[in-house]
Amino acid sequence: MRLEVRAHPPRWLVVASPVAAILLAMALAAIPLALAGADVLAAYRQMAVASLGSPFALTETLTRATPLILTGLAAAVAFRARLWNIGAEGQLYLGAVVAVALGSGALSLAPPVLIPLALAASALAGALFMLGPTWLKLRLGVDEVVTTLLLNFVALLFVGMMLEGPMKDPMSLGWPQSAPMVDAATLPRLIGRTRLHAGFLVALSAAALIWLYMERTVWGFETRTVGSNARAAGFAGMPVARVFLRTGLISGALAGLAGAGEVMGLKGYLTQDLSPGFGYSGIVVAMLAQLDPLGVVLAAIFVAGVFVGADSMSRTVGVPSYIADLVVALSLLAMLLAGLVTRYRLRR
Amino acid sequence: MIRAAAVPVPAPVVLRLEAISKRFGELLANEAIDLELRRGEILALLGENGAGKTTLMSILFGHYVADSGAVLVADSSGALRPLPPGSPHAALRAGIGMVHQHFALAGNLSVLDNIVLGTEPLWRPKHHRQAARRKLADLMGSAGLEVPLDAPVGSLSVGERQRVEILKALYRDVRVLILDEPTAVLTPQEAERLFLTLERLSAKGLAILFISHKLDEVVRLCRRVAVLRAGRKVAEFATADASPGMIAEAMVGRAVAMPRRESIAPGRVLLELADVEVPGGPHGGRGIADIDLTVHAHEIVGIAGVSGNGQRTFAALLAGLVRPGAGEIRLEGRPWPTGGPRALIAAGIGRTPEDRLSDGIVADLPIAENLVLETYKSRRFQKLGFLRRGRLVEHARELIRAYDVRCEGPGQRIGLLSGGNIQKLLLGRVLELSPRLILADQPTRGLDVGAVAFIHGRLLEARRRGAGIILISEDLDELMRLSDRIAVMYRGRLSETMPATGVTIRQLGLLMTGQVRHAA
Repeated sequence: MRLEVRAHPPRWLVVASPVAAILLAMALAAIPLALAGADVLAAYRQMAVASLGSPFALTETLTRATPLILTGLAAAVAFRARLWNIGAEGQLYLGAVVAVALGSGALSLAPPVLIPLALAASALAGALFMLGPTWLKLRLGVDEVVTTLLLNFVALLFVGMMLEGPMKDPMSLGWPQSAPMVDAATLPRLIGRTRLHAGFLVALSAAALIWLYMERTVWGFETRTVGSNARAAGFAGMPVARVFLRTGLISGALAGLAGAGEVMGLKGYLTQDLSPGFGYSGIVVAMLAQLDPLGVVLAAIFVAGVFVGADSMSRTVGVPSYIADLVVALSLLAMLLAGLVTRYRLRR
Repeated sequence: MIRAAAVPVPAPVVLRLEAISKRFGELLANEAIDLELRRGEILALLGENGAGKTTLMSILFGHYVADSGAVLVADSSGALRPLPPGSPHAALRAGIGMVHQHFALAGNLSVLDNIVLGTEPLWRPKHHRQAARRKLADLMGSAGLEVPLDAPVGSLSVGERQRVEILKALYRDVRVLILDEPTAVLTPQEAERLFLTLERLSAKGLAILFISHKLDEVVRLCRRVAVLRAGRKVAEFATADASPGMIAEAMVGRAVAMPRRESIAPGRVLLELADVEVPGGPHGGRGIADIDLTVHAHEIVGIAGVSGNGQRTFAALLAGLVRPGAGEIRLEGRPWPTGGPRALIAAGIGRTPEDRLSDGIVADLPIAENLVLETYKSRRFQKLGFLRRGRLVEHARELIRAYDVRCEGPGQRIGLLSGGNIQKLLLGRVLELSPRLILADQPTRGLDVGAVAFIHGRLLEARRRGAGIILISEDLDELMRLSDRIAVMYRGRLSETMPATGVTIRQLGLLMTGQVRHAA
């Protein structure tokens, strides 16, 4: 058996395969749900209602999608150049640290100045954190998968150190959390009483800009060329090393922005559990979207919906929370499979 | 008795294709093709790129399933049985072996590992290996295909890798061997040895299907030739009754005139290399030393040699991928630009790579983007950092028209094109900049007659225009036909140049294998 690329996937398949994937994931997840003694149909109803059943549920999903769009873009940009940045999680935390450093009272500026400044500084922090791995890859051939992955733990420990030390909120009763963000550094809410904040718009514009960058600019052309065939790019005289460096910086910056968005828009302060693995989920989002920047938005919303729905399901139906994780994992696997079936044809 | 012996009994049929048809969407790749291969026979299958040879072989080998028709293979008792469609395993079990044009070898494993891969039992593999080693030694001796069994395949030259592929098939005791363009990378002497081997193997009963486009070798080696064109079998000749001209005409559907080199007096000096040395490195293994060479305007200088003798390093030097370690290079009297490919392009040097798929094109990108890989930064194709997509498409249309490239249009992924069409586009990308010096590295490897004639015509036209061309090739006919002067590369050294009119293929062969140092 082997896979053959479809030149033009039939349209019905493009529509039908994700639907089939969701049904497959639900069928598989029904087994552990039933074993846990839950009413399977009620559980799924709850999942659907909680993720997109009401305007409020929808805003919850979009709120959760915000960091996923940014980390998804971070992975998509890097992977297009075959730069395997697995370190979005660490870059996210570093971005958050910088946002807190600037936005929790150190600077007293008006919001129109402070917010862009904090966002830019966070992006810069994420970008600089990517500089080391990229440089090591180019200079010494060190595998960036290893370095970026390990730097995630460095970043997390660094956050721990800051939260126990210089950044610790004296009013926090001993909890390792930072001082709260000042109002001038808080991203405005988009809709009344929901949690959806302006970070979502930042993520959407980032997706549009990255799409423009990749598909329309000279630099994006270089990135796509280097990612598809670095040897041919080098033969033609493209600055391959510079392309990697640039791509690494952009990828890190996007992940840094994700961290800033969470502390400035949602949490209001920094803790060590700011991200439930948004950096890693971003990789899944990017793969689901086949590295397409606009596809990343849709994929992130889908993944966020599953997260939100599964959380709510485990709370209301009373099944253990790891079943929620299981539902998430099965949905993602089924969705990746659907993407594969759409793009390839199975040959005996 | 004597009378009866005089009537030759035809050898039994070992492989029969019956009315094979295969359609890909609009394209009828194979249309009712019949083919018969007998025991001990060497049959040539000829056809241009896109004629349907590869599709037919893929059906035979189980990669595709035919829409209609049947493949029959003789079993060990000689009875013809239908081959289960769509199963390479069944083809292998039925004794069909195939040496592909693009090798299927694992670069990090040794030659021996590659050959025995998939045949080893789990039980007593060491014992099996020793037996394998003995069997291979026999095969190598009788077939004249020497390869270092313990070297990693990644360190071998293209020519050596192909020998590994042939050995791999022979090792599996095939009864039918399919060879796809097997001589494209061999020296004349090696090709001769291969022919001897194939003749010997066929005398022992092996049936061989020989896919090629080099007509003279087909005529020499094969008794029968089947010609495919546009998916149909258009002719089947006994080679004794057919001239190469007739066969070529059947392939292309019209008479092909190979362009001829006109005599033009060489112009001013373009390129001078004196005592140039480049250490071996990542770009091609063997280092080169003591290179002296002068190239004039209106001149083609051919570089002959067995692959792996330093041509790759030499090409990397002239392509700007490596810098000279010692010695002096002057371009039109000025020092050699050392700023890499971009500086060379700016200095008026055009370069086409040896391996067009890995160094020339970006397979996943559309034709239009591939055609500006060297020029996308110019004002013509970008404005304020944004690509001018309209101009990219328009530019691609022009080149596609000027170079007669068969494709869906500028938006098609370039990787889907045939080798000939890819090479035309690569050459177009270089020639449209009107380079004064051109590096043409294996410009026609694996291309069919029509495409070769086209490429040669364009190179000769550039020469007429005043360009100096360095032609690195393993095809001696090509070197003899195009070059004004020829030098031979052997173990990293370059011989003196010889006028192409005063040298024979035999002499070149001797220089290429190091049996003489200088042409007499």
